[in-house]
Amino acid sequence: MESLGLTVRPVTWWHFFQVSVNERLVYRGDFILGTLMRFLPTLTQIFLWWAIYDSVATNPTAVGDAPDTQIAGFRYGDMVAYYLLVTISRAFSSMPGLSSGIALQVREGEIKKFLIQPVDMLGCLLLQRIAHKLVYYLMATLPFALVFFLCRGFFIDGWPDAEILAVFFVSLILGFLLGFFLEACIGLVSFWFLEVTSLMFIYMLMNFFLSGHMFPLDLLPTDLQILGIGPLNLRIVVDFVPFKYLAYFPAAVFLGKVEGAEMYQGLAVLVFWVMFFIVLSRIMWWRGVKRYSGFGG
Amino acid sequence: MAIIEIENLKKSYRVYQKKEGILASLGGLFKREYREIHAVAGIDLQVEQGEFVAFLGPNGAGKTTTLKLLSGVINPSSGSAKVMGFTPWRRENAYRRKFALVMGQKNQLWWDLPANESFRLHQHIYGVDPTEFKRTQDEITELLNVQHLLGQPVRELSLGERMKMELIAALLHRPEVLFLDEPTIGLDVVAQHNIQQFLKHYQQERKITILLTSHYMKDVAALCKRVVIIADGLIQYDGSLEGIVDRFSSDKIITLQLAETESFDDFQNLDDVIEIEPPKVKFRVQRDDVPKLLSRILASRNVEDIIVEDPPLEDVIASAFSQVEQNRSDADSLHAEAVS
Repeated sequence: MESLGLTVRPVTWWHFFQVSVNERLVYRGDFILGTLMRFLPTLTQIFLWWAIYDSVATNPTAVGDAPDTQIAGFRYGDMVAYYLLVTISRAFSSMPGLSSGIALQVREGEIKKFLIQPVDMLGCLLLQRIAHKLVYYLMATLPFALVFFLCRGFFIDGWPDAEILAVFFVSLILGFLLGFFLEACIGLVSFWFLEVTSLMFIYMLMNFFLSGHMFPLDLLPTDLQILGIGPLNLRIVVDFVPFKYLAYFPAAVFLGKVEGAEMYQGLAVLVFWVMFFIVLSRIMWWRGVKRYSGFGG
Repeated sequence: MAIIEIENLKKSYRVYQKKEGILASLGGLFKREYREIHAVAGIDLQVEQGEFVAFLGPNGAGKTTTLKLLSGVINPSSGSAKVMGFTPWRRENAYRRKFALVMGQKNQLWWDLPANESFRLHQHIYGVDPTEFKRTQDEITELLNVQHLLGQPVRELSLGERMKMELIAALLHRPEVLFLDEPTIGLDVVAQHNIQQFLKHYQQERKITILLTSHYMKDVAALCKRVVIIADGLIQYDGSLEGIVDRFSSDKIITLQLAETESFDDFQNLDDVIEIEPPKVKFRVQRDDVPKLLSRILASRNVEDIIVEDPPLEDVIASAFSQVEQNRSDADSLHAEAVS
């Protein structure tokens, strides 16, 4: 029988984790720079929104002087805070190189290693990713703290209460798992198509617009007319696809845009998507390996 | 009971046949033609515990496919195989802890980390007792003389050094059966020799079973008493290295050294002259004709020295391979005639 990968002793996984951390520390050089670069696009967003708020403000003074101007319920400060928080969401949920890495392993035949050795590939990749992320957070804490300290004025309502903070952190962790298993599934498609670049491109495009990475999802139209179909409520659409949990959801929780029952409902949907992609990735792995070993390795 | 038992093992797969040209490529988007490749076309083989067996054969003969089948990377189309009582393609952990496959440079090592980190990881993956692990690692690294390289990132090692590390990684859990696919490919003569010596020593010491594929006759001659020639997905020969010559060649090579007074003109007309370089002449003779011919020459010529030898093994094997090719194309054309 195929190993589920759960039979391996915890100490093995612990060691694998350590090795992954060591591997990551080899490349400590690019950390600080890479982290600060993450905020560059955010900076352009801040200026863009400043211009937008400035132009819609009822009395055209500096935006800071007209704090009541709102767009889709966002004050200017909320908008900046949103982009900063989305940077955190994405630091958890983005998985650079995961899909293409799996595809490369399948194409180059390195996947054999996981058929020959008594160890599970998805488990290995997950631990490796956790290790890399932890190392990243460790190194990135300082630059993140600096940016947030400088921008503290934009968080108009201050810190949310403990309950909301707890949900925020849980949604970050679940967002990490969702990002991992979703992109793992895309990578595993390579068992059938060898190349997943175009699929990955589509995914990134969807992610860009539907996750809230580009703008708060509250800005989406509720009555879109497209190709003679409509009115289409895009806000409902994004509620049913997993993307919004990769960026929008944690930020919206933090800013109090989703509250109470709605918040817990969102959390439940997030848990569902995580489970869904865990199961899907497992099935894809089984079927993929079956196909791979049937085809000739 | 044999440690490896293979019965009528077959593996065929479809490959996409692409025609030349852009139009054909576009056509391939909609309708594809496939060709069936019989990589392994029915192999029967028994290997006893402690044997060191070499698989020889031209490229695409089915050697690597056989090793992949035996290590469970691929499933067969039909037939059965048991290694240490396990069916490889069921990929049971109990089996996976007892064998190892080293396949060229497909690394089991972590590229950015020193080899000893990968080794430690293998210790955990395979659940090797720490003191046992330490002993094995020390022993093997010393044999391969790479103790000083253990702390260096693998990507900074040379090809030969990396191959040695791959071997160590494969042996740390003390596999009882080892599959080696081209272990010395791309290495220089010294590194090849080192690895040969190591494998020979290790195999004798531990009495493990090793199946090896190689293109280097030197590997095979140095290591394996038993040689299996695979061509066309079938076993064409199974026996000793020396036996190959008896089986595939009925010739002997005779080298004569003649006295200076002798003329070489007669030899130029002989069919099977390999080279004439006075005072020596070298030619090929049917084995049965050797005594008759020699006595005739000795009676008529002033001969100073005689060497009678088997043709070089490489040549014999090369001709054996082309013989197989020939038989197949004959069979194919016969088949084609029968069909038409």
